[in-house]
Amino acid sequence: MSEGDTTAVSATGGEPPPSGNLLSGPQPNVAGAAGYPDAPPRVGFFTDTSVCIGCKACEVACKEWNAVPEDGLELTGMSYDNTQGLGADTWRHVAFIEQRLPETGREPGGGHEGFDAFEAARNLGTSPSPSPSPSPDGAISPVSPDGRTELRWLMSSDVCKHCTHAGCLDVCPTGALFRTEFGTVVVQADVCNGCGYCVPACPYGVIDQRKEDGRVWKCTLCYDRLGVGMEPACAKSCPTDSIQFGPLEELRARAAARVAQLHAAGVTEARLYGESPQDGVGGDGAFFLLLDEPEVYGLPPDPVVTTRDLPAMWRHAAVAAVSLAALGVASFAGRRR
Amino acid sequence: MSESDVTRGGLRGARPGRDAVTGAQDAGRSRRGRRRRGRGRGEQPMVPEARFSSYYGRPILNKPTWQALDIAGYLFLGGLAGASSLLAAGGQASGRPGLARVAKLGAAGAISGSLGALVHDLGRPARFLNMLRVFKPTSPMSMGSWLLAGYAPLTMAAAAADVTGRARVAGAGATAAAACLGPAVATYTAVLLSDTAVPSWHEGYRELPFVFAGSASSAAAGLALACAPAGQTAPARRMAVLGAGLELGAFQLMKRRMGLVAEPFEQGGPHRLLRAAELLTAGGAALAAYPGTGRRRGRACAVAAGVALLTGSAALRFGVFHAGVASAEDPRYTVVPQRERLRARTG
Repeated sequence: MSEGDTTAVSATGGEPPPSGNLLSGPQPNVAGAAGYPDAPPRVGFFTDTSVCIGCKACEVACKEWNAVPEDGLELTGMSYDNTQGLGADTWRHVAFIEQRLPETGREPGGGHEGFDAFEAARNLGTSPSPSPSPSPDGAISPVSPDGRTELRWLMSSDVCKHCTHAGCLDVCPTGALFRTEFGTVVVQADVCNGCGYCVPACPYGVIDQRKEDGRVWKCTLCYDRLGVGMEPACAKSCPTDSIQFGPLEELRARAAARVAQLHAAGVTEARLYGESPQDGVGGDGAFFLLLDEPEVYGLPPDPVVTTRDLPAMWRHAAVAAVSLAALGVASFAGRRR
Repeated sequence: MSESDVTRGGLRGARPGRDAVTGAQDAGRSRRGRRRRGRGRGEQPMVPEARFSSYYGRPILNKPTWQALDIAGYLFLGGLAGASSLLAAGGQASGRPGLARVAKLGAAGAISGSLGALVHDLGRPARFLNMLRVFKPTSPMSMGSWLLAGYAPLTMAAAAADVTGRARVAGAGATAAAACLGPAVATYTAVLLSDTAVPSWHEGYRELPFVFAGSASSAAAGLALACAPAGQTAPARRMAVLGAGLELGAFQLMKRRMGLVAEPFEQGGPHRLLRAAELLTAGGAALAAYPGTGRRRGRACAVAAGVALLTGSAALRFGVFHAGVASAEDPRYTVVPQRERLRARTG
């Protein structure tokens, strides 16, 4: 990857050239690359927000199991979300979005009289190739008693993405952050010295510093539970299986099938987020099915691990250092005054 | 929200119908309103306003937890030390002992101060030695720790040898070695900032090392001008002019290249700091270039130039620091460039 390449790529916003899958790009064997010769399959979360009911059982279960301290009792007034976002003391965050229906092509006030939602839901769960929805103008659009369809609620349980190429892990100067044999990213609290570098390095705004403690904290994907073959507390507690835990390959297959199912049912806005190994972080260990653009949920639309550009940064800094030295020499050159 | 109060006597105050605007749209609207107020006069936006969605206007990134005084102060002191080591070695080699002494003391003092600031900023200062647990090229902070671990003792040895007059050969060796590491100490801090997801730091990664290199030399030149004997400051005056030119030129280039994420440099507190930095650095360099400054009677002039260059360099570091924090706090700078990138990729 030459200097000129990097500049050209960044200027045009195109795909980065392959760089050995060390800092960016697809990495099918993430635990193996981190030095585990016989690693178990990589695990993760598939969060299907189309069935999230916003109950926040995941938030509670996470706090209880991991003994995460209280994170402030504030009422935001912006929505039913008073948790606000991920941080040192919030490892699961249920986003709650109340919005007027965007331009989905659905008729406001469209009739749904002949539509049995329970029947449709039953079909969604069971039939492998669901029949087209009997109501083409939107099977799941919210209907108020007088037939208006002007609002919808989106709920999504956010969590650490356990990136294939994790910025926090790359920049940690102490080795406190490490890659586990399950391909997840965990902080060792007994090593972290609270330098805080991982906080701005995370493209998702996940990890943060606990003020009274000085160290950084984030989701461990329940590393302790994984070790004894248990699923993480949030997935265990989710009453609708919106949070699904399992081997990443299996989750990806399940997610693809679910998207196809929803598209067939007329929910054309369903899309996967963080699932593709081709994305800027090499794919997330925890990915999502969303019903709107990622930024509506507070997720970055095209996150890139910052260390993808690190080789270019070091090169620029080296040239700048040489320039500075040359500037120093030039200052002493010339006639003496 | 609504203008009614719920009391024991029932609902008080009028409710303006049930037409409250819902979350996502509301956030976008208030954001645009705020931005319009902030732009009454002054520079025009470089990029047209772009509509974007966000989660109730909340930031996507977690902003840096670093204290401005510690980390921006560290950037300044690290730069001052690194470029001072160049002046120290040059002063020693060219027979300007007064200049060399000021630069050696300056380098040792500044790097001590910067180490103190770094340790002070840690959440667990007692664990600062954990920085040397691993050697990790993907972490600029790890590389910086190793760099400082090598550089700081050299500057102190050089200063001690100069002041005590003992171990001259070792002192000269330490001075030369410090001059080799100095430029790296002064420029790696740009990588430290750029290697984050903070939009206004990351996008400047090409030019920021040059900005910091220029700022470091103008600071070191400022210290030498203010403190070194008048007859020996010619190299410092030349360094002031060259450094100021590099700093100001690279910064302009950086802002032009960055597009939307250059905005935080042009607004509010960071803008005032950076404007002050520009004026102080340019003024200090002009004073340094003025022929009278080099003479014995131009002492006041030299001190004024030195102070202006030092404060200008410090203001630049604080401005860059705060602009980055501001860019992390506004989802606009995270969402809009990424959307544009996606659009460009999908055609």
